[in-house]
This record gives sequence, structure tokens and C-alpha cells, in this order.
Amino acid sequence: MPQDSARGLGAQRLVRAASVLVLASGLALAGCSDGVSESQTSSAPGELHGSLTIFAAASLTESFTELADIFGSDHPGVTIAPISFDGSTTLATQIGEGAPADVFAAADEATMRTVSGLLDGEPTPFASNSLQIAVQLGNPLAISGLADLSDPDLKVVVCAPHVPCGASAHTLLDRQNIVLTPASEELNVKAVLTKVQLREADAGLVYVSDIAATDSVEGVSIRGADEAKSIYPIGILERSKNPAVAQAFRDFVVSDRGQIVLAQYGFGRP
Amino acid sequence: MSANPQRLALGGVGIPRLLYVPAALGFALLVLPLVGLVVRADWPRVPAAIVSAEALAALALSLQTALSATALCLIVGVPLALVIARSGSRLAGVLRALTTLPLVMPPLVGGIALLYLLGRNGLVGGFLELAFGIQLPFTTAAVVIAQSFVALPFLVIAVEGALRTAGTGFETIAATLGAGRWTVFRRVTLPTILPGLLAGTVLAFARALGEFGATALFAGNAAGVTRTMPLAIYTAFNGAGATQDSAIALSLLLVVVGIIILLLLRSWRTTPGL
Repeated sequence: MPQDSARGLGAQRLVRAASVLVLASGLALAGCSDGVSESQTSSAPGELHGSLTIFAAASLTESFTELADIFGSDHPGVTIAPISFDGSTTLATQIGEGAPADVFAAADEATMRTVSGLLDGEPTPFASNSLQIAVQLGNPLAISGLADLSDPDLKVVVCAPHVPCGASAHTLLDRQNIVLTPASEELNVKAVLTKVQLREADAGLVYVSDIAATDSVEGVSIRGADEAKSIYPIGILERSKNPAVAQAFRDFVVSDRGQIVLAQYGFGRP
Repeated sequence: MSANPQRLALGGVGIPRLLYVPAALGFALLVLPLVGLVVRADWPRVPAAIVSAEALAALALSLQTALSATALCLIVGVPLALVIARSGSRLAGVLRALTTLPLVMPPLVGGIALLYLLGRNGLVGGFLELAFGIQLPFTTAAVVIAQSFVALPFLVIAVEGALRTAGTGFETIAATLGAGRWTVFRRVTLPTILPGLLAGTVLAFARALGEFGATALFAGNAAGVTRTMPLAIYTAFNGAGATQDSAIALSLLLVVVGIIILLLLRSWRTTPGL
């Protein structure tokens, strides 16, 4: 997946929005003309019914919202609860305390392992993501790489070290021997992005996908970012009341159609 | 009201028996969560978690910022309470309502409001940066401001209540005897309201110590700079299990601090002669 330049984003988002509309209306028409069979969908034949509760990493906010929309159109019998997006570790804590999730998509494998005892089977890797430096539009401070962030006059916001985006950031900084004093350590990547969007922070370490999903910041590529790539796993909770629906959603996320959506938001293959 | 004379004779006004059920539920709602916390704690590891470097840094920062915020509240809060108490009833009503607004407002809203006022692009923050090069977000000063914002109403309400209860009789007498305004304030007003002032100060300190929402949004979350106890607890708790023990230990520490504050308040309230 080539990395998005900030300029191409507007057009890309339009195309994406249009394709969703076409897809959704096509499915709706199919549903009207032929209520029984789902000839348009090949990935999940048969009628699915029941509810689906998804817990997903904050960095999946835009992509999973779209994936859930499409999945919902594919399966009108499925009621999708509003998705809980938060830091992966926050969600893992909630799941550990009994939160009623059917599916959990985490931003790294270490976090998924903390709930492995509650999963039905092994989690499936479905995407990868790497870090970029979020800076203000036009990059007024001319930040060109990770080394620039060690400037003590810069306000740099990162994720806390135990959150996946923070773990990746620390891996990268350690490997390149860069020391930075963060102005703040946030518990999810979107909180980092917000500080840059509000222009309270000069720079933030976020995922490529977070920058692809917004027009209000610009991304600066990090040399060697691929060395600290996050692999995103998706798992089904043992306590799920609708394992069939949960499995269908997971299969959809890892399917070609799911991967196309994820790629549009800057995610790589796992 | 409809008191049973027989019961009154026995030394109490009877309450409908049915009300004991919701009363017990309410009591359980307040007390049982603390029991849950105590039971869940991994006691052998609590001491180590409390004296860990991170916990001590958070505790030191919390005490330092909450004390600073309390001092700030005293400096501006007592005069504000005095102005409200001595204003005409209409003006006092408006001032009182606006002063108590942060009390009924979610602190998170306060945090966003502070950011939009004092942040880099805020109304005042932009000016501060241009004129003096001062940036408040992500600093310990921002924590103190956030804590003062949520704690000040407690102090003002307590002091203003004490002022109105005390009335102006002694002050008028002192003035007619020739005491200047400052002398009256120092020698008559302040000593009269001392119990209310102390109670308000302790409440403001407790509120500042527990502040989370406004701090998280306005000041950020950096160890040693803005990560106070509540933020340290939140960060540790959401660490997916690895650091939950220290979250529980830190929570217990704050509960103990809260109990100490309550005991202090009680001892002041029951001081003879007040």
C-alpha cells in the first residue's frame, strides 16, 4: 500500500464514500427485489440473525465503522451495536472485567494475548499498521524525521508505553537511539491525534491509518517505521452469544472485500 | 408530622419500616464498592506498589498541585465569597449561580473549556504565548489551574455560607469603634468564619486531589509533570492487567487520604464552642 500524500486524500475520500454508497444502494436494491436469497454476497451465504457487539482499537475507528456498515447491509438480520472504540489495552481491561463483546480487534498481538484465555480459538491477524509523525498542515516546523522530535522545545505527544501505538513508538525510538520527553502520554492513538489537530502539540506519533483518515493533519514518514509494524489480530470471545455472527464478521474482515476497505484507510496486509 | 405518640415516648420519631429497604440499598451502594476494592487488592503486593517510583512521583505531584490549588483558591476564593456575601441579593444570586456552575458541570467539560480559553489557540492562551511565550497546556501549572477550577466553588460556597450566618454585627461594632477595613477583615471577619473557612479549605483540597477530567483534557498525562494520582490510576488500570495491581494500590491510598480528610473535618466541626 503506497503511503497517502495529504493532497490526494480529499479525492480519495470522495471515491471511497461514493463506492460505499453504490455498494450499499446495490445491496439495498438486491434486498428489496429478492428478500430471501443473498445473491450479491459470496462470503457469507445463509441467513444470519442476532446482535453483534464489536470492541475495536481506536486506530480502527474509521475502517471498522465502514466495515460494520457494509456487513450490516449484507446481513439485514444482524443488529450491530454501536462499536466501542478505545485504546486496545483499555478494551482488553474491560473485556477482562466481563464486558459483553462478541468480537475484539486489537492493535497488537501483545494486547490480544492478555485476553487469550477468554477467546474462542486463536485470534486471526487481519491488518498491519506502522507509525508516522502527525504534524500541522504545511509542516510549519519542518519536521523531517524522528530525530527532529528530540528537540526539547517541541511539544510531542505519544501513546503510553503499554498501549500498542506507544509500544511501537518506544521500539522505534530505542532502535534509532532517539530520546524524547513527551509532553503527554495518551491511552489511545486518537487522543494523540486530537492534541495535534487542536494544535496544542507540535507533533504526535500516530499510525499511518490515522493520518489517512483525517484532512486536518499531515503525515511525515519515519525511516525504518516498518521495523516496528503493528500486526492487528481479531478474536472471537468465548462468551459471545452469537458466535456464528461473530465468525461471519471476522471472515468478512479478513476477506478480500474487507481487506480492500482496510487498504483504503492505509492499513497493510498482516 | 404523623408521629406516633407511643414511639415518641420511647425516644424517637418512627419512620415507615418500608423505608429501611431503600435506605439499606443506598448505604450498600456507597459502601460495598469500597469493600470490593479492598477484597480485590493483592495485599502482599500493595506496599511495593505504593512505594514504586511511579506511584511516589504521582503522589508527590498530587500533593504539590492540590496544595497549590488550595492556596490559589484561598487567595481568590475568600475575597470572592466576601463580595458575594456583601452584595445585594440580586447580584449575589447571579454571582453565586455562576460561581457554582463548575460544581454541577462535568469536569471534562471544564477541561475542554479551559483548553479553548488557555490553550495555544485559545482566547487568552494565544495572547499569553505571543506576548510572554507562555504555554500552559502540558505543564504542572495547567494541573493547578484545572484543580482550582473544580475546587474553588466548594471553598466559596462554604465561606460565603459562614459569612452570611455570622452576619455583620461584630464588624459594624468594630468599625464604629474606629477599626479600619483591613483591621476588621483580619481581626473580626476571618476569626468569625474560621470553622467554615477550614471546612471549605479541606473540601477544596479533597476535590483538587481527586481531579481527573479537566486535568486529563487540559494538562495531558505525562509522568512527573501532569500525571497526578487519578491519572496514574486511570493509566495503570487500563494497562491491560499488567499494572492493575498498582491501580488498586493507588486507589486504596486515595481512599485512606479521603478518610483522613473526613476525620479532620469531623474534629473541626465538633470543636467545642463552635
